[in-house]
Amino acid sequence: MSAKSVKVDLLTRVEGEGGFHVKIRDQQVQASAVRIFEPPRFFEAFLRGRKFSEAPDITARICGICPVAYQMSACQAVEDAFEVQIDAATRELRRLLYCGEWIESHALHIYLLHAPDFLGYENVIQMAKDHPDAVQRGLRLKKIGNTLMTVVGGREIHPINVKVGGFYRVPEKRQLLDLGDELKWARDTAVETAHWAAGFSFPEFERNYEFVALHHPQEYAIQEGRLVSNRGLDIPISEYEQHFAEDHVQHSNALHSTDLEHGAYFVGPLARFNLNFEFLSPLAQATAKESGLGRECRNPFQGIVVRAVELVYACDEALRIISRYEAPERPFVEVVARVGTGHGCTEAPRGILYHKYRFDEHGLILSAKIVPPTSQNLKTIEEDLTEFVSSRLHLPKDRLQWQCEQAVRNYDPCISCATHSLKVWVDRK
Amino acid sequence: MTISHSNSMLIGVGNPFLSDDGAGLAIVRLLRGQIPPGMKCVEETGDGAELLDAWKGSEYVILIDAIQSGAPPATIYRFDARTESLPAWFSHASTHTFGVAEAIELARHMDELPSKLIVYGIEGLDFSPGTEISPEVAEALPAISRLILREIVKLSAVRMAKSV
Repeated sequence: MSAKSVKVDLLTRVEGEGGFHVKIRDQQVQASAVRIFEPPRFFEAFLRGRKFSEAPDITARICGICPVAYQMSACQAVEDAFEVQIDAATRELRRLLYCGEWIESHALHIYLLHAPDFLGYENVIQMAKDHPDAVQRGLRLKKIGNTLMTVVGGREIHPINVKVGGFYRVPEKRQLLDLGDELKWARDTAVETAHWAAGFSFPEFERNYEFVALHHPQEYAIQEGRLVSNRGLDIPISEYEQHFAEDHVQHSNALHSTDLEHGAYFVGPLARFNLNFEFLSPLAQATAKESGLGRECRNPFQGIVVRAVELVYACDEALRIISRYEAPERPFVEVVARVGTGHGCTEAPRGILYHKYRFDEHGLILSAKIVPPTSQNLKTIEEDLTEFVSSRLHLPKDRLQWQCEQAVRNYDPCISCATHSLKVWVDRK
Repeated sequence: MTISHSNSMLIGVGNPFLSDDGAGLAIVRLLRGQIPPGMKCVEETGDGAELLDAWKGSEYVILIDAIQSGAPPATIYRFDARTESLPAWFSHASTHTFGVAEAIELARHMDELPSKLIVYGIEGLDFSPGTEISPEVAEALPAISRLILREIVKLSAVRMAKSV
């Protein structure tokens, strides 16, 4: 019997600690497991008993790369529970803050984490020897995202200016206009980034995925919308739990989420691109076309190009919001707590991030549920590994391992987000 | 004859909420009023991209970070980053972001290192959540800051001698 395996104990260039193991027996892949051993962090448990106003700042601590996503999903859920209507100008400002996070996160992933795979380097430090200009570009793009987050959010990591109902204070128009030149450079560079990434070589690999993303009738959905998929799903976010469920699997401290009807599903840039292409700005659509992307992309390795297209969009959208910005008359609306349940779902850079809270009459949290994008992609990542390796058993082991790592990084997994919670079962007799 | 210190910088790196991880920040706070006027003084989280940005434009940089090498608490390491790479255990890069050692190597490859970059590592004992520095490390901080101040003064004297 021939036995072989591809095993990576500690996967680098992802956030958090995890690895994977593909088990091969008799020339067949028996199992693929993304092993997540970063300890669980129990956020949902310690949110209980906290005041509604603390949810955005506490949950932001789940991740240093996408804190805005946590703040936005938390605010939306609380505002849903208490039936708070935020001002249109506040909504735009939140979208601008979110654009900053997309720019920062996408630039980081494209240039520092994923590009080394395609260019054949162990890491970005090695890559910088031969491609210093590309690394400089990536760092400058990331910096612009961070600056935008600082101006709108008060600081770049775990912003402090977001509150339920709006912001503590709003920026002046001048402060935002000052970012214009740098954002225009970023937009041009994002187009260049997409062309650059389109020149990489991509393994031929497509699967028939179920893509799930938010959908909004007027815009490329980031902050709100209905949940839709290419298999006919079209639901309000309040029905999320009727369609998706989380399971604990033995090899992972992160839960696995599945679509109860179709099984594994795919969230993130590829899902958004495929489901909401027509809402991308004309420049982003043109960039996609020039970069060789069709109307639909089902090769997860091309996710790096799609991410670059979204980078173009985020810069474009930020410039649009800034050009029309007038400081809201009031930075926030008053929020009155009451008994209720609220749902929030926004598009984190890596895909949909779902929050649900139940509150008592004082606005204290009775229960919380958070489903980050990485938990939703884990099953798809494992299925990708199984299928990918099955058709490449002839490859030398180191080559196969390299491509498997690359296949996991296609999803920009954030293990720290995914281990925010763990259900504990006590087997007692 | 005086020289300008506007192109020199003191950087403290750490997370003040992880006990001894804040040792580098604590030293920078002790030194704030004592460094030559004009010398910049910043506190950083250790995110590599931020560091590259922080020292941009500075020629003389002293960076202080807490480390875990396994040595007794408050052990001091000193590296001249222009001439040597930091040891592997200095790196606590997680992964998604990169840390001090990675930022230095990246800057080296991109020819963006300051002309002088001295890195001090202070061995910590307790890196668990908390805002207090453990007594074993805390009691050594004044002596360590005096040592670093001596280096700053020496660096300044060398530059002055060169400028004459």
